[in-house]
Amino acid sequence: MIEQLQTYFQYPFVKYAFIVGTLIALCSSLLGVTLVLKRYSFIGDGLSHVAFGAMAIGSVLHLTSNNLITMPVTIGAAILLLMGNESRKIKGDAAIALISVSSLALGYMLMNIFSSSANVSGDVCTTLFGSTSILTIQIKEVWFTIALSAVVILVFIIFYNRIFGVTFDENFAKATGIKTQFYNLLIAIIIAIIIVLGMNLVGSLLISALVIFPALSAMRVIHNFKGVVILSTCLSVFCAISGLLISILASTPVGATIVAMDMLMFFVCCAVGALKK
Amino acid sequence: MAYIKCKNLAVGYEGKPVAEDINMKIEKGNYVCIVGENGAGKSTLMKTLLNLVKPISGEILYEEDYNAYDVGYLPQQTQAQMDFPASVWEIVLSGNLARLKHRPFYGPEEKSRTKKNLKKMDMWDKRQESFRNLSGGQKQRVLLARALCASEKMLVLDEPVSGLDPIVTADFYKLIYKLNQEGLTILMVSHDLKEGLEHATHVLHMGQDKIFFGTKEDYVKSEESRYFV
Ligand SMILES: Nc1ncnc2c1ncn2[C@@H]1O[C@H](COP(=O)(O)OP(=O)(O)O)[C@@H](O)[C@H]1O
Ligand SMILES: [Mg+2]
Repeated sequence: MIEQLQTYFQYPFVKYAFIVGTLIALCSSLLGVTLVLKRYSFIGDGLSHVAFGAMAIGSVLHLTSNNLITMPVTIGAAILLLMGNESRKIKGDAAIALISVSSLALGYMLMNIFSSSANVSGDVCTTLFGSTSILTIQIKEVWFTIALSAVVILVFIIFYNRIFGVTFDENFAKATGIKTQFYNLLIAIIIAIIIVLGMNLVGSLLISALVIFPALSAMRVIHNFKGVVILSTCLSVFCAISGLLISILASTPVGATIVAMDMLMFFVCCAVGALKK
Repeated sequence: MAYIKCKNLAVGYEGKPVAEDINMKIEKGNYVCIVGENGAGKSTLMKTLLNLVKPISGEILYEEDYNAYDVGYLPQQTQAQMDFPASVWEIVLSGNLARLKHRPFYGPEEKSRTKKNLKKMDMWDKRQESFRNLSGGQKQRVLLARALCASEKMLVLDEPVSGLDPIVTADFYKLIYKLNQEGLTILMVSHDLKEGLEHATHVLHMGQDKIFFGTKEDYVKSEESRYFV
C-alpha cells in the first residue's frame, strides 16, 4: 500500500490535489462556527446552488476558467442574500430557497441544452458531487487556490476578534460602535469564496458539509471559541487528507469520501463529548 | 451635566411608533429605572438609545464629554448565546472590542481591564470555564463584566434579573447599586418594582397613554405609580 502511494505521489497532479485539498479544508472550517451560530448555514447552502448555476453558465460559454464567472456571481448573491436578510422585505428563508432552487433548475437545463459532451448527466453529477477533477487540476488553478486561501486565512486572523464579537453578540458590538454591517458583509464574501473553492474539491451539494461538520464536531468536545476554531481546522484537514488517500487507494469518489470522513469524525466527537460528561 | 437628553422622542419599527412623546434627561451618576407593561416599548427605547434602532421622530442629544457609543450593554439574552462555545475570558475580553480602534489584537491594557472587571464581578476563578455551563446568575455577572470593559460611564441593562431566583436577584441589584455608588450611570429596564426601584434616583414609566419621567420621590406620589406599585 505504501509503495502504491509512493508511485502515486510521483505524479504532480496527486501532489496538487493534496495541496489544494488541504487548503480548501482549512479555509472552509474557519468560518464554520460563525456560520452555525449566526444561523447562516442556510445561506451557505443557497450559495452553493447559485455557484452550481453559475458553473453551468460558465461551461456553456466555454470560459477558460469557470472561476471567472462563479466567483463574482456567488459573491454577488452572498451580498444580496445578506442585505435581503437585514431589510426583512422578503422573508430571508423563502428568498434563499427560491434563489437556490432556481439556480439548480436553470443550471441543469443549460447544461442539458447546450452541452457538447455526450455524457451530460456525468457532467452534472461532477458539478454537484465533485469529481476526480481534483485529480486533473491544473497548476494555474492550484495557484488560484493558494492565493485565495491565503487571503481568507489572513482576513480571518486579522479580523478574528471582530468576527468573534459580531458572532457572539451583534447588538452589543453595534452598541459600542463596531461597524457590524461591514463585518457581516465580510463574512458573507468569505463564505462565497470558500464555497467556490470548495466546489472543486467536493462539488456544490457537499460543500456545506465541509463547512459545517468540523465546527459541529469540535463544538461537541471543546467549549471555548479559539479551541473550537483550532480543533475544527485540524479535523477538517485530517478528514480531507485521509479522504483523499482512501479515495485514491479504493477508487471511491473524492468528495463523498471526504464528507464520509467528516461524518465519522462527528460521531467520534459526539461519543467523546458524551463520555466527558 | 446631562449625558443623554430625549426630546419628544418616538420609537418604533418601520415607521410605526410603539411609544411616543418621550422626554427625559439622564445625568451623570443617575440611576434611571424604566418600568411599564410588557410591549410598552421599553426594549425598543433602549435599543434606540443604543443606536440599534432608528428613532421615528424627535431628538436624542448627547452632551459634553459623552459620546453615543461610550456605553456598556447587558441585553435581554438571546438563544444564540446559550449554545455558543466561548470561555468566560473570551467573552469579557470582547467587551474591549471598540477600544481596539484599528489594531487587530488585544494588548496588555485590554487584558488588564478584563482581569480587573472579572475580579470585580467575582468571576476571575471561572475565567477558563465555558459560558454555557454557568448558572443564570453567573452568566449575568460575566455579561456585566463585559459591559464594564466597554464603558466606565454608562451601563444599560434590559431586564437583567428575569429568570434569576430571589437571592441571586437581590445580590445582582446590590452589585448594580455598588457600581452606581462608584460613579457609573445606570439605565435599567425592570419589571420587578419593589427591588428594582429601591435604589433608583429617577423613573421613566411607559404607560398606555401617558409617559411619566421624574425623580423617584415624585413618581411614588404620582398617579401613574398608584396601580403599579
Ligand atoms: N424587531 C421588531 N420589529 C417590529 N416590531 C417589534 C420588534 N420588536 C418588538 N416589536 C414590537 O414592539 C412592541 C414593543 O416591544 P418591546 O420594546 O420589546 O416591549 P417591552 O420591552 O416593553 O416589553 C411590541 O408590540 C413588539 O411586538
Ligand atoms: Mg423587553
